[in-house]
Amino acid sequence: MDMHVKKLGLKEKYAHMTRGLGWDTTYQPMEKVFPQATFEGIKIHDWEKWEDPFRLTMDAYWKYQAEKERKLYAVLDAFAQNNGHLGITDARYLSAIKLFLTGISPLEYVAHRGFAAAGRNFPGVGPRVACLMQSIDEVRHAQTQIHAISNYNKHYDGFHDFKHMLERVWYLSVPKSFFDDAFSAGPFEWMIAIGFSFEYVLTNLLFVPFMSGAAYNGDMATVTFGFSAQSDEARHMTLGLECIKFMLEQDPDNLPIVQKWIDKWAWRGIRVLSLVGMMMDYMLPKRVMSWKEAWEIYFEQNGGALFNDLARYGIKVPECLTQCSVDKEHISHQAWATFYQYGGAAAFHTWMPNDEEMDWLSAKYPNTFDKYYRPRFTYWREQAEQGNRFYSNTLPMLCQVCQIPMLFTEPDDPTQICYRESEYKGEKYHTCSDGCKHIFDDEPEKYIQAWLPVHQIYQGNCFNEGVDPTAEGFDPLAEVLKWYHLEHGKDNLDYEGSRDQQNFQAWRGMATQNT
Amino acid sequence: MAVNALKDYSFAPADSQDKFHGNQLLYVGWDEHLMFCAPFAYCLPPDTRFGDLCQKFMAHSFGYHPEWKQVDFSKVTWLKSGQPFVPDMDKTLAELGLGHKDVLRFRTPGLTGIAGTCS
Repeated sequence: MDMHVKKLGLKEKYAHMTRGLGWDTTYQPMEKVFPQATFEGIKIHDWEKWEDPFRLTMDAYWKYQAEKERKLYAVLDAFAQNNGHLGITDARYLSAIKLFLTGISPLEYVAHRGFAAAGRNFPGVGPRVACLMQSIDEVRHAQTQIHAISNYNKHYDGFHDFKHMLERVWYLSVPKSFFDDAFSAGPFEWMIAIGFSFEYVLTNLLFVPFMSGAAYNGDMATVTFGFSAQSDEARHMTLGLECIKFMLEQDPDNLPIVQKWIDKWAWRGIRVLSLVGMMMDYMLPKRVMSWKEAWEIYFEQNGGALFNDLARYGIKVPECLTQCSVDKEHISHQAWATFYQYGGAAAFHTWMPNDEEMDWLSAKYPNTFDKYYRPRFTYWREQAEQGNRFYSNTLPMLCQVCQIPMLFTEPDDPTQICYRESEYKGEKYHTCSDGCKHIFDDEPEKYIQAWLPVHQIYQGNCFNEGVDPTAEGFDPLAEVLKWYHLEHGKDNLDYEGSRDQQNFQAWRGMATQNT
Repeated sequence: MAVNALKDYSFAPADSQDKFHGNQLLYVGWDEHLMFCAPFAYCLPPDTRFGDLCQKFMAHSFGYHPEWKQVDFSKVTWLKSGQPFVPDMDKTLAELGLGHKDVLRFRTPGLTGIAGTCS
């Protein structure tokens, strides 16, 4: 038999292995097979107009990622075998990595599920293939980060039950609710929420501090993961941007919907980033840059260029973001003050900055640190030295939308907590800002279901089975910590005197000294 | 605005009063004292005397502050949902019309926090 074998050109191969895989259904009408494609109100007339930002086929993807993964795991192994954890600057760094790995890694997994669902629900082949690849990227990232957790978990406290904690612990509800909110929307809003706002507008503010922070503090395992993920992130950013342009080019009616989602998700993302701000300014022993500087570089400058680019479609910079130029002077200090006083219920250690660190903060925040925060922190430090360390003993009021304690101040008055209130069907709801109130008022039916950790504790839903809250001597905080799987005295409280501190010093001593 | 959804989208609120075993939520914040990072959330029976709220529950939560001892409740001014509110220490939360998830702010004239920084 005369087999005429012709090798396909890249372009042809790409067309066959992506668009060529699509078909229209015949047993069932397309709208029944793809019910999620229309209910959000986004109008798509021609899915073929989707421009694939990366002409990548699945087989090429596989080969390329496998190669990267081999290198990454080789480095992780070497890190583990050579006690790489002893190379970090200071064991306080572990608190930063605990917060990041326990707060973000499970979300990589949710992102994996979300992109898989988006891929299933879009009728167009182009975005389906792109979502499929991103979905696999995200599950790979979750896996590699869990391996990183595993390495640290062998030696240090607080890493032992991230999945259990994600669904229970008060501050982990902040990133969790962010992704739950996105995942429970339709596929187009998901793409704006995660694909665009999170992966494009805010990704540099999340990953650059994390990766540079790791590099500055000697955490080579995390740096390696960062390099490995970076090429994926570039693809994700391009997908997010392509998706938004596609929606805007398909129909003019899409503009107000897309603008609404951008406004919402930019604000939701910024609230989550408060945690990153405090990590940069307080938790990294060796600092990369201040949160304020990061905001100026990665949002005000780079983000500004992005919105200039989108202006031709009629997209405007979200109004709520003007407030961020004021907030950038405050949020990291306010967030760290919160974790310091609720450090009894956090699965990482807290501390007050030392003199040198306070001077750094004064220099980075000349308008605000000495005026508003230094006296407070100095007072706490003095009290701690006298054996009167401040732990708040009452649960805080939370924002109904972002779920962060109501710690943010009025944009025009940093001495006044920002209170916003809405009423829906006779019930009161409180939010921390105009941004969160606006989100609530737009879809109250969604946010009245919020699983707010403080309210859940008061409802009695956060104790182990068999625990009797009416029994004599019942200690609610102790019982909540047990339910969190958080070991009191080991995972929480001050860094000073912690097991992490002691072990790190002892082990590093063994690695660098003879006696 | 209604949620865009594939099916009827209607849910009971997660935090209605009936879920708190006879108690109600009340939030209290101390203005110009940001050492307490956020207002506190209390879960109390509606027949709690306002005086007990101040002298027992709030004293427990705010007592760490060096200015707490100087708080003179006869001079304290109150806001409920941002509007002036005049409590009677002998009346209960219910009698004062304080409902589930109401928010109170109190102001202590002359007390301006650690080193006068509203901390």
